[in-house]
Amino acid sequence: MAARFEPGQALPELKVTPDRFLTVRYAGASGDFNPIHIDEEFARSVGLPGRILHGLWSMAQVARAQTEAAGGPEKLKALSVQFRGMGVLEQEVVVTSTVRSVEDGVATVDAEARQGETRIVRNAVAEIAAVD
Amino acid sequence: MPVNTSAVGKEYPPVVYAVGREKVKEYANAVGEANPLHLDPGAARAAGYEDVVAPPMFAVVYQAPAVLPGMFDPEVGINFAMLVHSGQDFRWERVVVAGEELSTRAKVAAISERGGMGFYDFEVVTKDAGGATVCTGIWKIIVRGV
Repeated sequence: MAARFEPGQALPELKVTPDRFLTVRYAGASGDFNPIHIDEEFARSVGLPGRILHGLWSMAQVARAQTEAAGGPEKLKALSVQFRGMGVLEQEVVVTSTVRSVEDGVATVDAEARQGETRIVRNAVAEIAAVD
Repeated sequence: MPVNTSAVGKEYPPVVYAVGREKVKEYANAVGEANPLHLDPGAARAAGYEDVVAPPMFAVVYQAPAVLPGMFDPEVGINFAMLVHSGQDFRWERVVVAGEELSTRAKVAAISERGGMGFYDFEVVTKDAGGATVCTGIWKIIVRGV
């Protein structure tokens, strides 16, 4: 059953803290073995503070916030995001989402993922099935 | 140096991906999905699905093998050392379940340049065994210092 959403409504925040081996598990699960995510020494050698999160893992957290609020994976119709700030391990990720509009059974939701003051996923726009 | 836009419109061969139950579970666990639809075939069947349901973002797993040849294509000319994955769009027509075979085709949708940066968009379309579209992705790359 689709959930009921109203413009301006804040969806439940999603909070998750990636542990120090998260990027290794995600690399295996996704097939993205770029060493900036899994090799501390390599990451530092290219000027990063250390291993960084996969942007698509962070996007998956934004997606999960939508499907959990909407009541299932089949409710998510579209998701568009921008990646800017770097995500790091062992720091809490917070996903916030606000309903922009509801039309023809689809809620358009603005969302972002932050670590502290750093927005690691920004300008996210989701479309989820809703009750008008 | 201006970016080379001659590859706009170029398409790459389709890549077939067989969705597997254990791969869906591995992916779901890595992104923190606890919904039993992704993890428990019994729960998925009870909900009317033939097998475990892939989380929507599992699209990265079946689309990446189709888009990577374009990103490495010398005609496109992306400098991987300066590459940033700047954005990502997905549109899903339906969820996919373990046991399905999907076919994904990528093409160069746009190449442009602004402020010394190159912008490369790849449009990636995944279809099911019956030829119906299940997911469309736009993979957005920025290359600094072109």
